[in-house]
Amino acid sequence: MKGHELTGGGIGAAVADEHAAWAPHESLLGWVASVDHKQIGIMYMVAAMVFFALGGIEALLLRIQLAVPHNNFLSPETFNELFTMHGTTMIFLVAMPLLTGFTVYAVPLMIGARDMAFPRLNALSFWLQVFGGVMLYFSFFTHGAPNAGWFSYAPLSENAYSFGSGQDYWILSLLVMGIGTVAGAINVIVTVATLRVPGMTMRRLPLFVWMTFVNSFLMLMALPVLNAAIVMLLIDRLLHAHFFTPASGGSALLWQHYFWGFGHPEVYIVILPAFGIISEIIPVFSRKPIFGHEFVAASTVAIAFLSFAVWAHHMFAVGLSPVANLFFAVTSMSIAVPTGVKIFNWTATLYGGQLRFTTAMKFAVAFLLMFTVGGLSGVSFAVVPIDWQLTDTYYLVAHLHYVFFGGTVLAAFAGTYYWFPKLTGRILSERLGTWHFWLTIIGLNLTFFVQHLLGMMGMPRRVFTYPDLPYWGGLNMVSTIGAFVLLFAVAIFLWNLRVSFAHGEEAGDNPWDAWTLEWATTSPPPVDNFTRVPPVRGRRPLWDLAHPELADELQRKAQ
Amino acid sequence: MTALDTLNAISPQADAISRLFVGVLTVLGLIFAVVAVLVTFAVLRYREKPGVQLPRQIYGSHRLELTWTAIPILLLVGIFVFTVKVMHAARPPEDVRAPDILVVGHQWWWEVNYLKSGIVTANELHIPVGQRLLIRLESADVIHDFWVPRLGPKLDAIPGHPGYLWLEADQAGTYRGACAEFCGAEHAWMRLEVIAQPQDEFAAWEQAQLAVPAAPTSAQALAGMKLFAERTCVNCHRLAGTSADQRVGPDLTHLADRRFLAGGAALNTPSNLAQWLKDPNSIKPDSRMPNFQFSDAEVAALVAYLESTK
Ligand code: HEC
Ligand SMILES: [Cu+2]
Repeated sequence: MKGHELTGGGIGAAVADEHAAWAPHESLLGWVASVDHKQIGIMYMVAAMVFFALGGIEALLLRIQLAVPHNNFLSPETFNELFTMHGTTMIFLVAMPLLTGFTVYAVPLMIGARDMAFPRLNALSFWLQVFGGVMLYFSFFTHGAPNAGWFSYAPLSENAYSFGSGQDYWILSLLVMGIGTVAGAINVIVTVATLRVPGMTMRRLPLFVWMTFVNSFLMLMALPVLNAAIVMLLIDRLLHAHFFTPASGGSALLWQHYFWGFGHPEVYIVILPAFGIISEIIPVFSRKPIFGHEFVAASTVAIAFLSFAVWAHHMFAVGLSPVANLFFAVTSMSIAVPTGVKIFNWTATLYGGQLRFTTAMKFAVAFLLMFTVGGLSGVSFAVVPIDWQLTDTYYLVAHLHYVFFGGTVLAAFAGTYYWFPKLTGRILSERLGTWHFWLTIIGLNLTFFVQHLLGMMGMPRRVFTYPDLPYWGGLNMVSTIGAFVLLFAVAIFLWNLRVSFAHGEEAGDNPWDAWTLEWATTSPPPVDNFTRVPPVRGRRPLWDLAHPELADELQRKAQ
Repeated sequence: MTALDTLNAISPQADAISRLFVGVLTVLGLIFAVVAVLVTFAVLRYREKPGVQLPRQIYGSHRLELTWTAIPILLLVGIFVFTVKVMHAARPPEDVRAPDILVVGHQWWWEVNYLKSGIVTANELHIPVGQRLLIRLESADVIHDFWVPRLGPKLDAIPGHPGYLWLEADQAGTYRGACAEFCGAEHAWMRLEVIAQPQDEFAAWEQAQLAVPAAPTSAQALAGMKLFAERTCVNCHRLAGTSADQRVGPDLTHLADRRFLAGGAALNTPSNLAQWLKDPNSIKPDSRMPNFQFSDAEVAALVAYLESTK
């Protein structure tokens, strides 16, 4: 293993030179021109928050329209634009950049590196992301935003049915962001492969780093599938080719195979880093190592492989052959196993611990329950006949929001409370955090739980209004009220960020007694991250330092 | 419970699925309960207590981990076996026999063709109780999805890729359905109804549908008939006994017999029909039916005509 333990020489030295030339400073230009991974990470997160606000406003408008049957608050076209933008925004402009922000900020620190392997490429990825997002939103000022859904099924997304330029903006902006994402993935892979501090073997990688590392391979392989498909769609639209136009010999199903060939790995792309965040926070606030590090790490790899073999479970209702349906049923059920392993390992980590319920820990524990709801309802979609009833209904909307909100968003909140002290030197208010936490949990369940029932009652998704059938109006109203509770929760969160940034309690280097390397440096860290990286002799270097007699490697041998 | 259409099955296909669904929901609910109890217990029991020593550092247990890998696998194998069985019960094997009904999805209405009798209608399907019919599903434009929750699985209507579905009801009644694949502006109002009738009632309905409407007698309806022939309606619609024989819009032969207009956007009353003819967008914005800028008298004449063809 010695050979893998590259030192900070080689690429690292080049990084340092680049740094000297681009020493970050707090002016606007200092941010815009920065190639510092910490500044870029923070900019990713801020950009994601701006788009989160936009996507959230879109969601609220949708919920107002759906609050009562036969509502005329939004026109059908506007409704369709808004749900298309909501989905596209939350996936491509919120979940991905937010998690990338955490990754780009934390990974170099956690492996004891000074920066990413390719700092300028890092900046390029970020700016491509920003310009892609701006281009997408610019479509509102042209002939209307895209309105064929974030999945843009052909032939609806083709010229004959979507003649506005919104669809073209959608394609181009995703293409731009996709290039940035692939570059970012390469950057993370090379960083983790080459810039680990001596002693940090692959087996000793913190789980967050491990999961973002594995995740980068997913991005590297999934995004090109999307990019190829959207270029084909663009050629159809602008040059009148016929890839996806059945009327002239193309195939509508081909688009779906491509889209979900990307789209299913994508689901894991926006959940694996969240798993990584949870895998850091739960042990730290339990005062114990994670239960079964190897199992958690290996199950991540299993998920990554399987995620490329389950795409057609999004297509059970298209009428594939029974053999194909069964194949994808088996793979989709299998992927529940490594996911379940993680839930149980995290839960086991709590046992015998000394649980400290900081806001970060509250969100992490709530994640365990909320994500489990989403994961379990996901199993019902692997059961083909149940999928035949429930796909494309509000039951699916409920499922995916328990996964993305109950999973990714709760983990991101947890991660924010956890790392904010490192980013800013100040701790987020726990009092506001508690309000934020409880309102989020109440709002989340009010909004999305009832949607399971609506789906079971026969309400299709993506409808701008619905007939006045028994319970439909009432349950939709509950869901809308829940969405406003969430608005309130997010407002408190933003307020907390603002006041704590200015007046929060001083954090010091390591406010949580955590044990990964980012806590060994000052908060916020200096430009070059570390003056001295502590020795790495196990998975929890700062633990080993504080408790030499209980050092991990000693204890593991003893057990 | 009765409002939960997917659990309130009326056909053998939907019934098989709903039983499986209840079973799977039970298993999933139990798993959730286990996780919830474990987490809640840990939260209550292991909360930090002041002055207590560091907890024992536990690194894992392969025995436990293999247990919670193996148990889900066993459960899933069980679920898989039932999945295969129910898939078989719920969907017809490919090309079993000639279909009975051809359903074609259009933006944003359903064309319904009875292949044996030649009846054509829209947005509602009449079927005899207890008889298993084979539906062939097509699309004229984008992807739609045929879904009547109480009668069974949904299936996409994909251009260039026909699909087959059993349609069967064990009890007489009206069962609501909808297009379940996003298909553009008016996806919400692409609903449909299946009306299951006892054999004799169904036969009577067939008779009535096959009857070619006699020419109207009232002067107003005659004026409407003339308008209908002159004002391009014939380019898009079908009306038996006239030159109109197109499928761009719904069949209007026995329009007055249908319960809804425009895929469920409005009840089929003379006043709503008048409103529709005057300004289709006021009922269903973006619909593919043009606004002819008719005067009130012209609208009244057309309504009289379309109501007379019953
Ligand atoms: C360009 C094609 C076109 C022309 C011309 C046209 N229609 Fe339509 N019509 C449609 C379409 C498409 C629909 C279905 C709209 C929907 O539900 O989304 C429709 C629906 C209707 C309906 C409601 C049917 C139902 O079951 O919901 C009536 C009634 C109707 N048209 C009458 C007429 C009359 C009368 C004329 C002539 C004055 C006419 N249409 C001309 C395309 C056309
Ligand atoms: Cu449709």
